Amino acid sequence: MLGNIADFFSSGTNVMFFLFALFAIGGAIFMISFTKVVSMVVAVAVTFLSLAGLYVLLNAEFLATVQVLIYAGAVSILMIFGIMMTRHQGEEPETKRPWFTSLLWVGILGVFGILFYAFQNVTFPQTQRRPPEDSTMEIGKLLFNEHVIPFELMSILLTVAFIGAIVLAKREGE
Amino acid sequence: MTDTILPYLTLGAILFCIGLYSALTKKNAVIVLLSIELMLNAVNLNLVAFSKFGVVPSLQGQIFSLFNITVAASEVAVGIAILIALYRNRGTSNVDDMNELRK
Repeated sequence: MLGNIADFFSSGTNVMFFLFALFAIGGAIFMISFTKVVSMVVAVAVTFLSLAGLYVLLNAEFLATVQVLIYAGAVSILMIFGIMMTRHQGEEPETKRPWFTSLLWVGILGVFGILFYAFQNVTFPQTQRRPPEDSTMEIGKLLFNEHVIPFELMSILLTVAFIGAIVLAKREGE
Repeated sequence: MTDTILPYLTLGAILFCIGLYSALTKKNAVIVLLSIELMLNAVNLNLVAFSKFGVVPSLQGQIFSLFNITVAASEVAVGIAILIALYRNRGTSNVDDMNELRK
């Protein structure tokens, strides 16, 4: 047991994975347990940042940058703006539904149990891995060759969504 | 250990379950949106992990997850806009008060 743990921490990748996973789960747990709404958003921002670190461990540097820019930057700030626009003294009220909460725990533990059981039982065949040297450039090539139609559809979707958001949030009658 | 996909899948499952729990229990609608973002992030982690450790390692997983991030960002923008409009009309951001269709 102790030897396994020492083995685990002998590799730098494992240590980094452990740290990032700890911060990710810790941020999510703190998001549940905090009572102030703004603190919850900050805790989830920690989770987003550590997920970006995990993406770096998975050789997805471009995706890590995108994660930091969009999630840790844009989405968190947008959430804080949303809180400020809706409720100034943001304070989460305590839930008083014991039946609902306990049934929810049962359901969620069931989901996690099924997922974990499936992970333990599946075996992935080991294949030849060739990590691309410059994954950012490869992603760019793929985006503009193979996936150019979904890419353009994404830009249309973003335009429609943001125009819709402006129209929805605009004050009426002015 | 991190040469296999298993720890990443487990971490994704844990994050997904935490997101599911708080999406179903929290009262503030902004926090519900945030929990949905957490669940989407767990899914993205799975996609990126499969793009490195899957049966056929390729960059398709990362591209899929990029599209996923884009859709999630537009979802947050529209969601916050709806919440602000609702707050202006109803004066609440509590999801339990949003039962207009049930009455």
